[in-house]
Amino acid sequence: MTQLSYRAAFALIVKRDLMIAFRHRDDIINPLLFFVIVVTLFPLGVGPESTILSRIAPGIIWVAALLATLLSLDRLFKSDHRDGSLEQMLLSPHPVFILVLAKIFAHWLLTGLPLILIAPLLAVLLHLNESSYGALMLTLLLGTPVLSLLGAIGVALTVGIKKGGVLLSLLVLPLYIPVLIFATSAIDTAAMNLPYSGQLAIIAAIFFASLTLAPFAVSAALKVSTN
Amino acid sequence: MMWKWLHPYANPEVSYHFAGKILPWCARFAFAFLTIGITWALLFAPADYQQGDTFRIFYLHVPAAMLSMGIYLGMAIAALSSLVWQLKLADASAAAMAPIGATFTFIALLTGAAWGKPMWGTWWIWDARLTSELILLFLYLGVMALHNAFEDKTLAGKAAGILALVGVINLPIIKYSVEWWNTLHQGATVSKLGQPSMTADMFWPFLVCFIGFAFLVTTLICLRFRTEILNRNSMRPWVRELVTTEEQTHAV
Amino acid sequence: MSKQNTENKVYTPNANSLLSANNLTCIREERVLFEALNISVCAGDILQIEGPNGAGKTSLLRILAGLSQPYDGCVYFQDRNIAQYREVFHQDLLYLGHLPGVKDEMTAQENLEFNLALHGLASNTAETTLAEVNLLGFEDALASHLSAGQHRRIALARLWQSNAKIWILDEPFTAIDKLGVKKLEQLFLQHADNGGCVILTTHQDLSLPAERVNKVTLAYRFY
Repeated sequence: MTQLSYRAAFALIVKRDLMIAFRHRDDIINPLLFFVIVVTLFPLGVGPESTILSRIAPGIIWVAALLATLLSLDRLFKSDHRDGSLEQMLLSPHPVFILVLAKIFAHWLLTGLPLILIAPLLAVLLHLNESSYGALMLTLLLGTPVLSLLGAIGVALTVGIKKGGVLLSLLVLPLYIPVLIFATSAIDTAAMNLPYSGQLAIIAAIFFASLTLAPFAVSAALKVSTN
Repeated sequence: MMWKWLHPYANPEVSYHFAGKILPWCARFAFAFLTIGITWALLFAPADYQQGDTFRIFYLHVPAAMLSMGIYLGMAIAALSSLVWQLKLADASAAAMAPIGATFTFIALLTGAAWGKPMWGTWWIWDARLTSELILLFLYLGVMALHNAFEDKTLAGKAAGILALVGVINLPIIKYSVEWWNTLHQGATVSKLGQPSMTADMFWPFLVCFIGFAFLVTTLICLRFRTEILNRNSMRPWVRELVTTEEQTHAV
Repeated sequence: MSKQNTENKVYTPNANSLLSANNLTCIREERVLFEALNISVCAGDILQIEGPNGAGKTSLLRILAGLSQPYDGCVYFQDRNIAQYREVFHQDLLYLGHLPGVKDEMTAQENLEFNLALHGLASNTAETTLAEVNLLGFEDALASHLSAGQHRRIALARLWQSNAKIWILDEPFTAIDKLGVKKLEQLFLQHADNGGCVILTTHQDLSLPAERVNKVTLAYRFY
C-alpha cells in the first residue's frame, strides 16, 4: 500500500477544502461582509466623534472578528458530517490529529486571513490611533488562528446536533475571552506608544498551547459526534 | 492497580446503593454544620469595623465562590477519569455536578451583587472576582446545554466531559487574564472586593459554614448522581426490580 | 446485567480471523441493541448481518469499523485491538456507510480521486474506475448535478481499486440497478477468493451461492 506521508495527507485535505470553498464563494464572503457591517454599525450607534471611536476601535474590531469567526465555524465540519465525508476521513489510515489540523488550517486561510487583510481598512473608518496599526495586525495574525483552533472544538462537539448554532456560541465565546483581553490591551498599549511585546508573547503562548492541545480535543469530540 | 480497586464502583447498581448509603449522613452533617455555622456567623461573630453587618454576607459569598470553582474542578476530574480509564459512571457524576456548580456560581454572583450595593452603591461592578464568576457561570451553562442537546445520555456525558476538560484548562487562563485586565483598568474600580484580613473569631465560623456547604454540595451531588444512574439504566432489570419493590412498599 | 466476569479472563482472538468481536454490547438511548455478541470473520468469508429495522445492524457495522465505541467488549483486527491500533487497522479497512461521502462542490472524478488519495491509493486510475460503475461521461459533472444512485456509485467505485482486506458495507445495493448488483456480488466473491472478507447488510436477497454467505441475525429488543 502506498502510504501517504503526514505532509501529503495534510496538503491533500487543505487543497480539497480550498477547492470546495472557492466553488462556494458565499461561504468566504459572507462572514467578511458580516465583519464589515458590524464594524460600521458602531459609529452609527455611539456617534461619530473620533476620540470615542479611536478609544473603542480595538474592542470593536476584535469583537467583530470573534463573531465573524463564529459565523464561519459551521463550515469546518458540518457539511462534511452531513454527507459522510467526515466519516471517511476518520476511517482513513492517517492520524486524526493531522486531518483535524489540516481542516483548521484551511479554515483559517479562508476566514482568519481575509479578516487580517480587511482589518486596516476598518481601522481607518474607526480612526484607530496610527501607532496601533502594527499591534492590530500582529494580534490578529497570532489571535485568529487561536479562534479557529478553539472554535473547532466547539464545532466538533456540536456537529451531530440538529440545532447546534446558538449552542456553539455559548460553548466557544467564553473560551475566546483571554485572546480578546490581551489583543485589545496590546492595541491600547501601542496607542500610548508603549511596548506591547508582553501581551503579544502571551497571545503567542496561547496560540502554541491551543495548537498542540486543541487537535486532541477536536479528535475526541469528533469521535463522540460521529458515534 | 487502581482499576481493580475502582471496579466495583464502576457497576451502576453498586454505586447507586453506595451513594444511597452516604447520602443521609452527608445530609445530617450538612444540616448540623450549617445550623451552627450560620447562627454563629450571623449572631455571634463580630461585625467588621468598616463594613458593619453587611460584611456577614461574606460567610455565604466566599464559600459559594470557592465551591463553584471546586465543583468545576471535580467535574473535570470525573470527565478525565471517564476518558482515560473508561469509567462509565464518571460521566454520570460529572453530569450530576454541573447544575449544582452552576447554582453555586449563581449564588456567588447574587451575593456578590448584594454585597456590592451597600459597598459601592451599585449592583454590578466589573471586579475581577465577580467577572470570573460570571464567565464560570457561562462555562457551566455551556456544559449543561451541551449535555441536554444530546438524545443519548452516554454520548451527552462524553461530549460534556470533553467540554469540561477544555474549560478547566482555560479556567486559570481566563481567571489570570481577567485579573490582569482588572488591574489594567483599576481606575474604574472604587475598591477591591477583597476579603478583609480574617481574624480568628471570623475564621472559625467561616470554616464551619464552609464545611456545612461542602456537605450540602455532596448531598446534592449524591442525589443527582442516583437520578442520573436510574435515568441511564432505566431499562435494566435491577432498576425494574427496584421500581416494583418500591411500588409494593408504597402499596402497603 | 450479568456480573462482570470478563475482566479477569484475557481474551485471545482467533489467530486465523481477520476481524473478530468479543462480547460486544451496544446501548443506544437507553435501549440495549445487542448484548455479549461474538463475531469472527476469516479470510474468504462473506458475512451478512440480518435483522429488522432498528435492530442495530448499522450500529454493529460502525462498531466493527471503529467509528463507534461499544458499551462493552472489544473488536480485534487479527490479534490487535482496533482501539489501540487504529491506523494499522484502517489501512486494511474499507467502510461505506449510508452516506456516500461525496462532495456536491466537486466533480465525480475529483471526488473519486480524493477518496482514493485519502486512503493511500493511486488516484490516476480514477477515470477507468468510473467506467466500472457506469459513470463514463459523467467524470466532469459536479456531484450536485448527479442523482443519489450516482453518488452511491462514486463511493462504490473505490471497491475496484481497494487493496484493503476488510470491506464493511452498509446497504451497498441501495439505489443500484439489477445489473449493478450482479456486478458487485461478483466483485465480493472475487475479493473473498483473494483472501479478503466482506461484512454487509442488505434488504435484498443475495444471489450468491448460499454456502459462501454466513449470516448473523440481530433481533429487535424492546429493552
